Amino acid sequence: MELQTLTYLVVGFTFSLYIGIALWARAGSTKEFYVAGGGVHPVANGMATAADWMSAASFIGMAGLIAFLGYGGSVFLMGWTGGFVLLAMLLAPYLRKYGKFTVPEFIGDRFYSRAARIVAVICLIVASVTYVIGQMKGIGVAFSRFLEVDYGTGLLVGMVIVFFYAVLGGMKGITYTQIAQYCVLIFAYTIPAIFISLNLTGNPVPQLGLGGTMVGTETFLLDRLDQVVMDLGFAEYTTTARLSTLNMFVYTMSLMIGTAGLPHVIIRFFTVPTVKAARSSAGWALIFIAILYTSAPAVAAMARLNLMETIQPSTATENLRYDERPQWFKNWETTGLLKFEDKNGDGRIQYTADEKTNEMVKVDRDIMVLANPEIAQLPNWVIALVAAGGLAAALSTAAGLLLAIASAISHDLLKGVFMPRISDKQELMASRVAMAGAIAFAGYLGFNPPDFAAGTVALAFGLAASSIFPVLMMGIFNKRINKEGAIAGMLTGLSVTLLYVFQHKGVMFIADTSFLGSMPENWFLGIEPNAFGAVGAVFNFAVAFTVSAMTKAPPQEVQDLIEHIRVPMGVEAAQDH
Amino acid sequence: MSFKSESDAKAYWKENVSLVVKLLLVWFVVSFGCGILLVDVLNEIRIGGYKLGFWFAQQGSIYTFVVLVFVYSRKMGKLDRKYGVHE
Repeated sequence: MELQTLTYLVVGFTFSLYIGIALWARAGSTKEFYVAGGGVHPVANGMATAADWMSAASFIGMAGLIAFLGYGGSVFLMGWTGGFVLLAMLLAPYLRKYGKFTVPEFIGDRFYSRAARIVAVICLIVASVTYVIGQMKGIGVAFSRFLEVDYGTGLLVGMVIVFFYAVLGGMKGITYTQIAQYCVLIFAYTIPAIFISLNLTGNPVPQLGLGGTMVGTETFLLDRLDQVVMDLGFAEYTTTARLSTLNMFVYTMSLMIGTAGLPHVIIRFFTVPTVKAARSSAGWALIFIAILYTSAPAVAAMARLNLMETIQPSTATENLRYDERPQWFKNWETTGLLKFEDKNGDGRIQYTADEKTNEMVKVDRDIMVLANPEIAQLPNWVIALVAAGGLAAALSTAAGLLLAIASAISHDLLKGVFMPRISDKQELMASRVAMAGAIAFAGYLGFNPPDFAAGTVALAFGLAASSIFPVLMMGIFNKRINKEGAIAGMLTGLSVTLLYVFQHKGVMFIADTSFLGSMPENWFLGIEPNAFGAVGAVFNFAVAFTVSAMTKAPPQEVQDLIEHIRVPMGVEAAQDH
Repeated sequence: MSFKSESDAKAYWKENVSLVVKLLLVWFVVSFGCGILLVDVLNEIRIGGYKLGFWFAQQGSIYTFVVLVFVYSRKMGKLDRKYGVHE
């Protein structure tokens, strides 16, 4: 069957599956809309968390970036998994014990202050909206390829689908659909990885194939890759760090604490019945995530090798002729994400590290995972499956994030602060309007995203890392931090990071507005904006401690609340409001 | 709260924190230590096609993280029962 038809069929089938489940479990009351009635099994919750967590950045973006960064791309692998360790040990069990709906609600109660709650809502919205921009980039890439249109059109179609999808069901619909989405996306990721690993190394396990030898030779795959890229003037794959050791350290830290501070992931731990379940749920989520994250380096290295060897076989005279380019090359040219320019007029494609002779003038990193099975000439059904998986990843995370944004606005801002008398129905309506607004805004910025999907998402993590994680952690582990400290800390962390990012990437990421221009030579200690969240977090901690030390200790009932959340016994189901 | 005494409550929290500190030490060593700071040294050693530092950064740290979270979950379960504060 033709690839296009097959892709429509597979994507259509998976979509009707998700929508079917969403309709079947359609949310009733507001409480179900937010936390799925508080009774999801840890393994099921782990799987749903994994789907929620693994977004277009993980599925579509990450391996593509690693393919071009090599060892430097490890920041994403360690950062996005290591954060779960922090989440499991420092936050999840305590927030579950506390047992309310949202993260700002906890911050508002723990710091006995409406102002703290409002500041938390602002931090949450800034981080989540940035995150959604990253998803939109991924969705745009996937739809443009799948519909064979340019990126902008693909993005518009994607926005419409995300809107219907996220507004249709609440968390309950999403919990069960996310389990289905996890299954689709993990099959879609691992099956091509297994095929390609078999082709190249003869080993069906990609994690082992990556360390194995090329079929029929004694050469290790990674050695071969190092040699191929270095012959063309690119940096060595297995040893080149991302800018500097310090930058890698800070980048990884930023992604880790950002992971633990992202509200849409934390909110998932409110859906399990007990504290014990919250702890093991984090472990299950990490197992499900690790399956993809340990395959990704293999996908990355093998995709890079296949790409290089397709375009530029070892002897220069055999370079791929442009008019004999394979179908996948043409398809990606249609989207505008892959561009060729015949600089020396020989009708062949030269792909080198030197800007003067390189004729692959644009290779968007986000196309690598989707193009990978085509480059490796895998059967059409595998390619169709990858398209469905990419869409599942992007949709599930976008939906989870939109829910977090919606609940922050309708539940925390409207019901919690400005309009306490709002009815359930109005609250639900407000949250839907908020979702629509967030999609339109993020979609608009998605036309010119600040970075590749994974890079944009990294910015979102930096913002969460610098604002939300420190106050949550201090709120649980330190009784002395008071409202003045928390508010000052959050504001400092967020503004330090935001200023640094906007200065280099443009106000609201609109490129021309970076007020002093992006200046890598002026980066603070050579730290790139994507990695700056960890520095913002240090400011947050320092300011919160200093201000708290100079002002009054929190009242007795808050100290009792902290004692209460530190112990599992006496957990209640999520409360009604 | 239903600790038998104030000192029990303190002891429980202390054991909890010390467990977390120990596990986070491992977390730090495998990722920031082996995967970033010591990567060049470890890259001298090879397992198959993997340079060891590269392996830690792209594989080993992730496997360790999974183990850490399950160890935490188990040990905390035991600690809860020891102090009679389990659910």
